[in-house]
Amino acid sequence: MENVAIIGASMTQFGQRDGWVLDLLSEAGTACLDDAGVTPDAVDHLYVSNMASGEFEGQTGIMNAVAHDLAAMPAYTARIDQTSSSGGAGIKHAWQSVASGASDMTLLVGAEKMTHRTTPEATDVIASITHPVEYKHGVTLPSFAGLTARLYLDTYDAPRESLGKVAVKNHKHGVHNEHAQFQKEVDLETVLESPIVADPLRLYDFCPITDGSAALMFCPESVAKEYTDDYVLVPGVGGATDTHVVHERADPTTMRGVVESSRIAYDMADMGPDDVDVAELHDMFTILEFLQSEDLGFFEKGEGWKAVEEGRTEMGGDLPINPSGGLKSKGHPLGASGVAQAYEIYEQLMGEAGKRQVADADTGLACNVGGFGNCVITTLMEAN
Amino acid sequence: MMEAYRYPDGSITYPGHPIGPGGEEPVGTVDLSEYTAEVITWTTSMAAPPGVREPNTLAIVEFDVDGEPVRALGGVTTADVDIGDEVRPVYVEELREPGAGIREPESQEWDGYRFEPV
Repeated sequence: MENVAIIGASMTQFGQRDGWVLDLLSEAGTACLDDAGVTPDAVDHLYVSNMASGEFEGQTGIMNAVAHDLAAMPAYTARIDQTSSSGGAGIKHAWQSVASGASDMTLLVGAEKMTHRTTPEATDVIASITHPVEYKHGVTLPSFAGLTARLYLDTYDAPRESLGKVAVKNHKHGVHNEHAQFQKEVDLETVLESPIVADPLRLYDFCPITDGSAALMFCPESVAKEYTDDYVLVPGVGGATDTHVVHERADPTTMRGVVESSRIAYDMADMGPDDVDVAELHDMFTILEFLQSEDLGFFEKGEGWKAVEEGRTEMGGDLPINPSGGLKSKGHPLGASGVAQAYEIYEQLMGEAGKRQVADADTGLACNVGGFGNCVITTLMEAN
Repeated sequence: MMEAYRYPDGSITYPGHPIGPGGEEPVGTVDLSEYTAEVITWTTSMAAPPGVREPNTLAIVEFDVDGEPVRALGGVTTADVDIGDEVRPVYVEELREPGAGIREPESQEWDGYRFEPV
């Protein structure tokens, strides 16, 4: 099996955008073709990561629409929906298409258009992933976060302030990301005094509602060398699921999908958590950064909060987490988020991350979480 | 009735599934509304979706059915609740307004049980 390479990447401005989902997909797709130096007729497979364009906008069949807009026909195309981890799932499908020999050039574009909906409407679209016995109680993804945060703080005797410091850190990182929805620092006091959303979590513990798109170009390493001397390899990608019904998990503070997907990715790449120089984690809620940093093996169970308190996950720390600003600061356009995480790792490994560049970054990890850990994709990337 | 499924290996899940955690089909049911439970964790949501009470206090609770733990999530009748509290299920005819949210009203039931501290 040949190594899988990424030879181009792009992302649009994240935030409140005028364009609709097809506009965003075309913007990122065109930019990625340009960045890779690939013509549309060279694309064999085109995957579109998106959670809910039908529900948000009434636009379905977007994979075919994008193929037409990018003149990528007759490429094989499919829309990949794995809720919030649709982007990561798209990476897995794109990787498989190349690794299997089915495609010599695969374009992955992820996008979501959300901000035209009210917050309650958008929250309900996302909450519609839940089981009927959960949905009828009005459960939301933020309320799962509140339930889990309270249990984590109680179980591991962690201070409430440690969650706030995740938000402070990621907003600080996002200042240097020109694509981020929020390029503004916040202080701990502001976080801790913001309105309660799902007790004990407050407004600044949550990512915003976002429009945006991101794209990646995959091909075999032998083909990559025909286009460029500089590319990034994908030595490992793993996917796993946990229960659909969240309350059925024996330990809500452990994300089994993260544990299993990372185990698969580490084994595939013959790597371990100590090999990772930089990571993009799915901080849709601040508590998720603790859970993932532990379940990926970066820190012992119950000690992720200490790493944040000690500054180990900041820029300049021994494992910078979310140099892009994370979903918290950069924004979370559902289907685009996993692709944008890999975009950030690509930029870091290519040495093109500018003021947010992590020194000597050779290996990066992206962890994309769907639902409340229901589906997870972990991707390992390394510089060539 | 708050129906949970019992499987051949003794495990019980709420809700029930066609195949249980051990890979086998259910062999019986248990009505959890006849038991009390312990609060594992709770939250009060201040940003509820359409058709949901606000604030909405929710809890994950654990029932002990003859030594077998079974967990459930549900609303709580009060915000005055804490981890470790004992609660009992209380029937509510309509937990949220059907049709106000995105889900098709006919696709599921809307009655059920909230938890009341004992």
